[in-house]
Amino acid sequence: MVEMTYGGAIRQALFTAMAADDDVYVFGEDVAKFGGVFGITKGLYEKFGPKRVKNTPLSEGAIIGEAIGAALYGLKPVAEIQFSDFITTAMSPLVDVAANYHYRNNASLPLVIRMPSGGGMRIGNFHSKCLEAWFYHVPGLKIVVPSTPRDAKGMLLAAINDPDPVLFLEQKRLYYTVKEEVEEEYFEVPLGFARTVRAGSDLTLVTYGAMVGLAVEASQEASKQGISVEVIDLRTLTPLDEATLKTSLRVGAEFCPVPAAPTLEDAYLPSVEKVLMAIDRAMKY
Amino acid sequence: MELTPDLLKTLYRYLVTTRTLENRVATICQSQNANDPLIVGKGYLSTGQEAISVGASVALRQGDWLAVGHRDMGAHLVRGITPQEIFAQYFCRATSLTQGRDENIHFGCTEKKILGFISHMGASACVANGLAAAMKYRGDPNFVLTTFGDGASSQGIVHESLNYAAVFKLPVVFIINNNRYAISTPVQEQFTVKNLSDRAAGYGIPGMLVDGNDVVAVYQNTLKAREHVLAGKGPVLMECKTMRMCGHGTHDSAGYVPRDEIAAWEKRDPLLLMKERLVKEIDFTEEADKKLNLEVNELIEAAWQAAAKGPAPRAEDLLTGVYTEVNDGRNDLRRGDTPSPLYRHGR
Repeated sequence: MVEMTYGGAIRQALFTAMAADDDVYVFGEDVAKFGGVFGITKGLYEKFGPKRVKNTPLSEGAIIGEAIGAALYGLKPVAEIQFSDFITTAMSPLVDVAANYHYRNNASLPLVIRMPSGGGMRIGNFHSKCLEAWFYHVPGLKIVVPSTPRDAKGMLLAAINDPDPVLFLEQKRLYYTVKEEVEEEYFEVPLGFARTVRAGSDLTLVTYGAMVGLAVEASQEASKQGISVEVIDLRTLTPLDEATLKTSLRVGAEFCPVPAAPTLEDAYLPSVEKVLMAIDRAMKY
Repeated sequence: MELTPDLLKTLYRYLVTTRTLENRVATICQSQNANDPLIVGKGYLSTGQEAISVGASVALRQGDWLAVGHRDMGAHLVRGITPQEIFAQYFCRATSLTQGRDENIHFGCTEKKILGFISHMGASACVANGLAAAMKYRGDPNFVLTTFGDGASSQGIVHESLNYAAVFKLPVVFIINNNRYAISTPVQEQFTVKNLSDRAAGYGIPGMLVDGNDVVAVYQNTLKAREHVLAGKGPVLMECKTMRMCGHGTHDSAGYVPRDEIAAWEKRDPLLLMKERLVKEIDFTEEADKKLNLEVNELIEAAWQAAAKGPAPRAEDLLTGVYTEVNDGRNDLRRGDTPSPLYRHGR
């Protein structure tokens, strides 16, 4: 075990994954010798060379395109989008091609897109947003938002080894501020498991990423007033750990790309019957 | 490669098969019962421009990939997708390449190295780059052929992809299938450059201008382009000029196209040009042409009738396949009433 920062653990995960598998390679804007604007890829170029660590032009769409094509060919690309805010210029390849590729074409796309995300660094509107709510509504993408250094390393390794497209949303405000002991060797923290950070009996705060620490702090304050608060860290938004959340009511179109065959599209669309079923379940709650 | 009589006949046979298949799609669309249609959605045909996709794809070798557009039926046939598979796709059968999840020309086939087509079109170009980057990464001596229309050539992602391919010297041949209309918008309302291939200079790559109605010219120029990209010299932008001799889809009568424009292009129908060439250059007669057409027609009739017998997809399979299956019911991730959505897959 070695003490690592959140950013350091991600960097360590990249070293570990690339050493373990020649098919893993890293690319993005300024990621090579410069090491990325947050220094996360620092040293990878020196260790693995220009073939496996490469700078790209400022072309987010083309970066996502490379990731899709390379994954389809059998590699395990790890692309960096310099700030998650910049993914807006790459929506078509991500949402139209990558997300529904398996559903439509029955082929897996084992790609990871690392995106520094969120506020707290005083760098304004174009470098601070949290866009995961958009992608939560895109069937076929997986969304990972780690809150601790150990989760960051273990979940990035799990994401790289996952057969489907994963958006890995790194929390910028945690990069250099949180530290903990993390295993040096290869390990995975499986995707799809929430973690109960703090037990409580009066109410539950469900959160993820950089907000977990904040929720814990708030719950400690609340406990001074006699309110017992549970804190759940979702860790992955898709797949969502509904077992830990215990319940969820969802009425709407089903969670899959819109299918073409009439039998499928009729099953996909919301119906009066489905709304009534949800009402029935809510009444029994 | 030498233009043997066999090769010339093969090119012509693919042209005839493509035309016959798509004519069948059109007649089914026109005659079917709207309340219980055989073809779900509309037909998107390549009538009049079959020579591009046939000529270009015949120049591919087995390990090469294809990232085609929506008017590239010929390329699918050349790559070995069967007419029955294409009709099953048009009929949204469970037996289709997309298992009924998508319709008409919205499909791909990993096994036959064809990228799945999307309606936004431009994004295929950037994925073609990724396939080519992976070929380079692995040291495989192959390339990617990607095609899109004059319409898609105005999309930002296409420009981004051309520059990106040039920077990394990726083995990609970009073919612009310029059929003069983006649905109803004529080329003069889409761009001001004389030839779209002139744009190549802006990316620092070679541009080629090809007669898109001459299947042999397309074939030979694709071979040249292939040689260039495989020599590690970077991508090529090839514009094939042609004319869409049908509406955008089977629902569109193309009333916006001037009649004299159509009439002029009818004389340059790629099937007609190739047939004349065959009659002139090799042992091929009108009689042989009739025989070929009859034979192909029978094949297409049998194909759609067999495809129509396939089952419709079952509603209970709606949610399978959104994600890769790894031993468990991970597809049901968002459904509150299913067993645990948790999973773990082995390394």
